[in-house]
Amino acid sequence: MDDLLREFVTETNESLDVVDVELVRFEQDPNNAQILANVFRLVHTIKGTCGFLSLPRLEALAHAAETLMGKFRDGVPATREAVTLILAAIDRIKHILESLDREQREPDGTDEDLIVELQAMVERLLSPQTPAEPHLAVGTLTPQTLERPLRPGEDSLDDLERAFRATEVDPIARRPKPAPAEAIAKDDDLGTAKNGKQSIRVTVDTLEHLMTMVSELVLTRNQLLEIVRRHEDSEFKTPLQRLSNVTAELQEGVMKTRMQPIGNAWQKLPRIVRDLAGELGKQIDLEMQGADTELDRQVLDMIKDPLTHMVRNSADHGLESPEERRALGKPPHGRIRLSAYHQGGFIIIQIADDGRGLNTERIKAKAIAQGLIAEIDAEKLTEAQIHKFIFAPGFSTAAAITSISGRGVGMDVVRNNIDQIGGTIDVKSVSGVGLSFTIKIPLTLAIVAALIVEAGGDRFAIPQLSVVELVRARGGSEHRIERIKDTPVLRLRNKLLPLARLSRLLGTDTRKSEVENGYIVVTQVGTQTFGIVVDAVFHTEEIVVKPTSSKLRHIAMYSGNTILGDGSVIMIIDPNGVAQALGSTVTAQMADADSTQAKHTGGEQTTSLLVFRAGSTQPKAVPLSLVTRLEEIDARTIELSNGRHMVQYRGHLMPLVSMDEHVRVKGEGAQPLLVFSDGVRSMALVVDEIVDIVEDNLDIQVASDNPGVLGSAIVKGQATEIIDVGHFLPLAFEDWFRRKELPARAARHTVLLVDDSPFFRNMLAPVLQAAGYEVTSAASAQEALAMIADGLRFDVAITDIEMPEMDGFAFAESLRRDERTAELPVIGLSSVISTEALERGRQVGLHDYVAKFDRQGLIAALKEQTDVSRAA
Amino acid sequence: MSDTGHSSNEYVTAMIGDQLFGLPIQRVQDVFVPERITRVPLAPAEIAGVLNLRGRIVTLIEMRRRLGLEDRAPGAACMAVGVEARGESYGLLIDSVGEVLKLDDETRQPNPINLDPRLARVSAGIHRLDGQLLMIVDVERVLDLGTSAAAA
Repeated sequence: MDDLLREFVTETNESLDVVDVELVRFEQDPNNAQILANVFRLVHTIKGTCGFLSLPRLEALAHAAETLMGKFRDGVPATREAVTLILAAIDRIKHILESLDREQREPDGTDEDLIVELQAMVERLLSPQTPAEPHLAVGTLTPQTLERPLRPGEDSLDDLERAFRATEVDPIARRPKPAPAEAIAKDDDLGTAKNGKQSIRVTVDTLEHLMTMVSELVLTRNQLLEIVRRHEDSEFKTPLQRLSNVTAELQEGVMKTRMQPIGNAWQKLPRIVRDLAGELGKQIDLEMQGADTELDRQVLDMIKDPLTHMVRNSADHGLESPEERRALGKPPHGRIRLSAYHQGGFIIIQIADDGRGLNTERIKAKAIAQGLIAEIDAEKLTEAQIHKFIFAPGFSTAAAITSISGRGVGMDVVRNNIDQIGGTIDVKSVSGVGLSFTIKIPLTLAIVAALIVEAGGDRFAIPQLSVVELVRARGGSEHRIERIKDTPVLRLRNKLLPLARLSRLLGTDTRKSEVENGYIVVTQVGTQTFGIVVDAVFHTEEIVVKPTSSKLRHIAMYSGNTILGDGSVIMIIDPNGVAQALGSTVTAQMADADSTQAKHTGGEQTTSLLVFRAGSTQPKAVPLSLVTRLEEIDARTIELSNGRHMVQYRGHLMPLVSMDEHVRVKGEGAQPLLVFSDGVRSMALVVDEIVDIVEDNLDIQVASDNPGVLGSAIVKGQATEIIDVGHFLPLAFEDWFRRKELPARAARHTVLLVDDSPFFRNMLAPVLQAAGYEVTSAASAQEALAMIADGLRFDVAITDIEMPEMDGFAFAESLRRDERTAELPVIGLSSVISTEALERGRQVGLHDYVAKFDRQGLIAALKEQTDVSRAA
Repeated sequence: MSDTGHSSNEYVTAMIGDQLFGLPIQRVQDVFVPERITRVPLAPAEIAGVLNLRGRIVTLIEMRRRLGLEDRAPGAACMAVGVEARGESYGLLIDSVGEVLKLDDETRQPNPINLDPRLARVSAGIHRLDGQLLMIVDVERVLDLGTSAAAA
C-alpha cells in the first residue's frame, strides 16, 4: 500500500511537471492538438489512478480540470483565464500530493471553490455556442477522428470509478491488479506512442556507490598499466588490455546512468515565468538553449533551485515593464535567456536578461553600510568588482539591488549551493542593457583525458579537451619565445600567442631568468588562445577528476586533483584559471550569449592591445593585430640618411618614425620599435617603452584632434591614447597610400567598407588603401544600400556583422536579393566567430568571414575575392 | 559536562615541537606515515600538500605552521593523524605519536589567559599530567583556515 502510494506520488509529480510545461506551450500554440492530447492523457491518468487509490479530493479536482480541458479538445478556444484556472487546479493537486507524501492521506479541506470555478468556466466557454453535447457531436478537425474511439472507454472509466467509490468495498485487495491494467488500456486508447522502453527506479545512493567503485577500478587499472609498461613483454599484456577496455566501457555506462539533461531542472521555468509575467504585467520571452546538455544528477539537484531563483529575479527585478522598455527604445518583450553547454571539462550555464542591470551605486552604498568595504576603498573598485558584492554572505537579504520593488535576491544562497558542488558563479551587468550570470560547474567525478606535464619540479594534469597543440620552443629555432617587455609571446603561424610559464603562475619558478626552452601547450578557452609553458611533457592518461579539498578550492588555477597510475596525487590545471591569470577574462562568452548587448555597449568584446609609452607618461595603445612585429634594436645600428632615421632590417632599409617631437631616437642601448609591414615595405614607430599586452574592451570615449591619435579609451583602468596607425604610415613613405607601382594591376579594386564604429572605419580604411584598394566607407548598412541605389559600384564589400538595426547578415541578404549586387563578394567581419555564425554567414551568402582584427586575414580574403572576380 | 562525576574522554597524544597535544579519539580515523606528498603551489602555508591514502586524496595540514611553530628540520621524521570533516579527509602532520590516554573531563582546565594566541585559537583546554601539560586540540578549529571566505 505504502509503496503503491509512494510510487503514485512520485509519478504524478513528474506528470504534473510535464503538464505545467505543456499547458504553457499550449496556451501559446492553441491549435496544437498534439500538446493538448498529451496534457489530456496525463491528467486523465492521474484522475484514473486516484479513483483506485480512493483519493476523492484529487479525483474530483482532476476530473473537473479534465472536463475543462476536454472542451479545449472539442475546439473551444483556450483562453488565458481558462488556462490559469487549470494551472491553479494543478497547483492544488500538487499541494494535496505533498501532504499525501508526508501523512499518507489526503489533507482535510475542500476544493469546492476551484471545482465550482472550473465548472463555471466550462459553462462560460460553452455559452456563446450551442449546448455542449451537440457541439461535441459535431466535433472538430483531425484529432477528433483519432480520438473518437476512446470516448466511450473514457466515460465507462468514469462510471467505473464512481461505482468503486459508491460500493465502498475494501479496495486494497483490488488495487495492485487493476491499476497497471488500466494504465495500459488508457495508453493504448489514446494511441499516444509512449515507447516501450522499460525502466526501473534505482536510488541515487546505489548509483553513487557504483560510481565510486568504478573510479577505484579505473585507478587500479591505471596502476596495473603502469606496472606492465615497465616490463617489456609481459604475459599480462593482452588480458590487461582486455580489462582496460572493459573498464572503460563500464565506466562510460555508469557515468551515463547518472547523467540527466539539464532541461529537467528547467522544466518548471516556463510556468513560473508565465505566472510572473501575468502577475507583474510584463511581457517576457523565455529562451532555453542546450536543454539536452547532460550533467550529473547530483549536480543537477543542487543547481535546480538557484536557477529558478535567478530566473525569478530576472523576471521580477531585472526586466522592466513594457511601457518602461518602450520609453527606453527596447522591444516591449523582455527576454530571459538560459543556455547550457560544455566547455573544457566544465558545464557552463548562463542566465541572461535584457533588463535594467544591477544598480551599482546601490550595491556600493550597501556594501559600505554593511562594512564589507571602506568607503575610500570602494571608490577604487571597478563596477565589476562592486557587482561581486551581491554574492557576499547575507548581503542581499534586505533592500533592493536590481529593482525598485525592494525584495531581496538571496544571491549568497545561490553562490553557496554552487560552491558546494565545486562550481563558480560570475556576474556581468551593463546598466540599462542587461544582466548575465555565468555558472561554471566542473564535471565532478568525471573521467577525462589529460596531458601530464612538469613545471617547477611538480607534475600537473592539463585536461586535453582544451589543449589545441603542443609546440617545442628552442632558442634560435623557428619557434622561439620572444618577449614584449615582460610578456613572453610565441609567434605561431603569424599570430602572436601570449605565453604564461606555469611555474611562474604557480610561484614555484626557482630560476632567476626566463628560459628560452620549454614545451608550449597551446590552450584554448572560449575564444581565447594562449600558450602554457611547461618544462616537460609526459604522456596522456585517463584521469578521474576528484574535487579539490574545500581548503584549496579558492585557488583558481586548479579544477581538481587526481590519483595517477603510479599512485601519486597530482593537481589538475584549470585552463580558465590560467587565462584569468594572464590578465584577461573570458568576456567573449557574454558577447556570445547576448549579441544585442554587444551592440548596445559598442562591444563587450575585448581586443588585444599593445600598450606602450612614447613622449609622455600617459600610456598609448594600438590593437596588437595591426602590429607586424615588435623589435628591440641596438641604438647604434640606427643610421641617419637624408635627415631621416633608418635601420637595416631584414635586408631592407626601414624608416623610423617618431610619434611626435617629444620622442627621441635613442643614442645607445636598446631601442624598442613597433614594426608595421605591408608587402615588402616596413616602417617602424619609435617608442620609449613597451609596457604590456592587455585584453580589454576598446571603447574610444573621447575623440582626439591630435593628428596620429584617434582618441582616448580606458585600458585596464587607465586613460590611454589609441594611436592612429594610418597617420604614421605616410610619414615613412609619402606614397604609402598612393603607390602606383603595386604589383601591376590595371585598375584599383573598389571596396565598400561598412562598419558602425568610426574607430574601425578609421583604422581599416588606411590599411586597405595601403594594400592598394580604393575604399568607400559607410556608417551603416542602410547608408551602404543607399550608395548602391545611387549607382555606386564596388568590386567587393566588407561588412561588420554586429551593427544596430540592420546587421551584416541582413545586409548581405539584401545585397543578394538585388540583381545589381547579387554577384558582389561580401566579406563579414566579426569579433565573435562561432560555428553558428559561420553557418549563418554561409546561408546568407557571405564569401568569407574574418576576425575583426585579423588584418592579414582580411587582406588575404580581399585578394582572393578580387582575384576570383577578375577571373570570372 | 555531566555532574555524575566520571565522564572521561580518550585522546591520541602527539608531540609537536616540545609540546604534548591530545586529539579526541572519536575524531581520529587512523595514524599513518605520510609518503609521496604532492605539494600544492599557491595553497595556504599551512597546507603541506596532498597524498593518496588507499585511494582517497588526503589534504595534509602542517601542525607546526598551524600553531605558529618553527618548521621541522628537513628530513626529520613525521607522522600524520587522519581526521575527517564534512566528507573530506585531512592529515594533521605531527612530529610523533604517543599512547592513547583516558582523561577525566573534570581535570580539564580552560586555556590560561596568557596562552600564545596561536595555540589558544585551536585549543579546547589543558590537562595537567605528571610533569607536563597536554593541550586538547579542537579539530574543527584547526581545519578552519579561513580560506573559503577569501574568494570574490
